[in-house]
Order: sequence, then structure tokens, then C-alpha cells
Amino acid sequence: MELRVGLDLVSIAEVRRSIANHGEHYLSRVFTEREVADCGGPELASAAGLAGRFAAKEATIKALASSDDATPWADIEVVRGARGEPTLRLAGLFADIAHDAGLTGFSVSITHEGEYAAAAVIAYQTLRTSAVGRIIDE
Amino acid sequence: MIDEIRQILRDHGRLPVNVDELAPQDDLYRAGMTSHASVNVMLALEDHFDIEFPDRMLTRGVFESMSSIAAAVSELKSESVAQ
Repeated sequence: MELRVGLDLVSIAEVRRSIANHGEHYLSRVFTEREVADCGGPELASAAGLAGRFAAKEATIKALASSDDATPWADIEVVRGARGEPTLRLAGLFADIAHDAGLTGFSVSITHEGEYAAAAVIAYQTLRTSAVGRIIDE
Repeated sequence: MIDEIRQILRDHGRLPVNVDELAPQDDLYRAGMTSHASVNVMLALEDHFDIEFPDRMLTRGVFESMSSIAAAVSELKSESVAQ
């Protein structure tokens, strides 16, 4: 089974500066409406929350080894799972790259410390269980 | 146009080197531009030149030097004139 790892670190102050300089232009080009809403909405968006999400997007790009391809950041969406954990939704080019590489499972971890947010993404091929219960590596 | 791009890099590129000492062909990522800073450069270019980078142009290659940025901006401006 193939595993790929991506890691990224983002300055929260830089995200705060981007919001101040570019406002809605920045938010709409980089994040989905849901991501912005999860971070407090466009007027009160949390720079720390957005920095964590940007780090997760970049970590995903690294895990997919797609840094030379086009990077429409909003096509990588970080959403909250049932227990509040971060999960990924891929669209467009990134969904195609992941599909072509057989990478159908993603695990995301985001952390914050001081003025930085970091994220790690593991991309992997999901396993299918056969009728007799044997794990098949697709 | 290179002078305008250089000013945008001064204001938004967050480069750890003196932008005035970079040649048009120098690699901005090797000079220390982060991916997040490249987003800010892209947004500032859109505002300054009244253009919008389509998804297909959001690549590392487009933003890796002042020359490559100038080529992309020229392409987008010529497209907008033609429309």
C-alpha cells in the first residue's frame, strides 16, 4: 500500500496581514465559504483557523506531489468530521490527481503553537475487504 | 512592467532578500518566497493590473520569477483586450 506524507507550516501573522490587505479577495480565492464560516465568518475570520487550513492545503499538495500543477486552493477543502476532526474534500484537479494515483484516503492533523500553524497530511490507498474478510490492497 | 512587479514583490512578496538585487529571471522561491506569500503577490497583481489569474495559471512556474509573472500578466491583458 502506498503512503504519501505532506507537511506545512504557516505564519498566523502572515494570514492576518493577508486578511487586512486583501480581505474578501483573499478569503474567496483561497478558502471555501464553508471554511470561512467554520473560522468565524468573513467579518470575524480567525487568522489562526485559516492558517491551519492553508497549511493543510499545502500539505495536501505536497502529499499529492502536485506542486508543479495548478493550485486552485479552494479545490482542497478542510471540513470538520463528525467528532470535529479535520477532514479533506478534494475537487477538480486535485480530485483527479488523487484518483489517478489511487490515493483515496486522507488523514489530516492541524496544530497551533504561538504564531504558527502546522498541518500534516497522509494520503493512502484505501483497503477493500473481500467477502471472505481478507484485506485486499487495491 | 518589471518595475511594477518588483514593487509588488517589495510590498507583498515577504522576501528575505533585497528585491532590488534580484534579476528578472531569478527564482523567487529559491530567494525565499513562500507559497502563502505567492498568494498575496497573485492577489496584488490582480488588483494592480485589473486581471484575474485563471486556475490553469495558478502554477509555481508562473510565479517563479519576475519574467514569468510579466509574461503571464501580458498574456492576460492581451486576452482582456481581445474580448
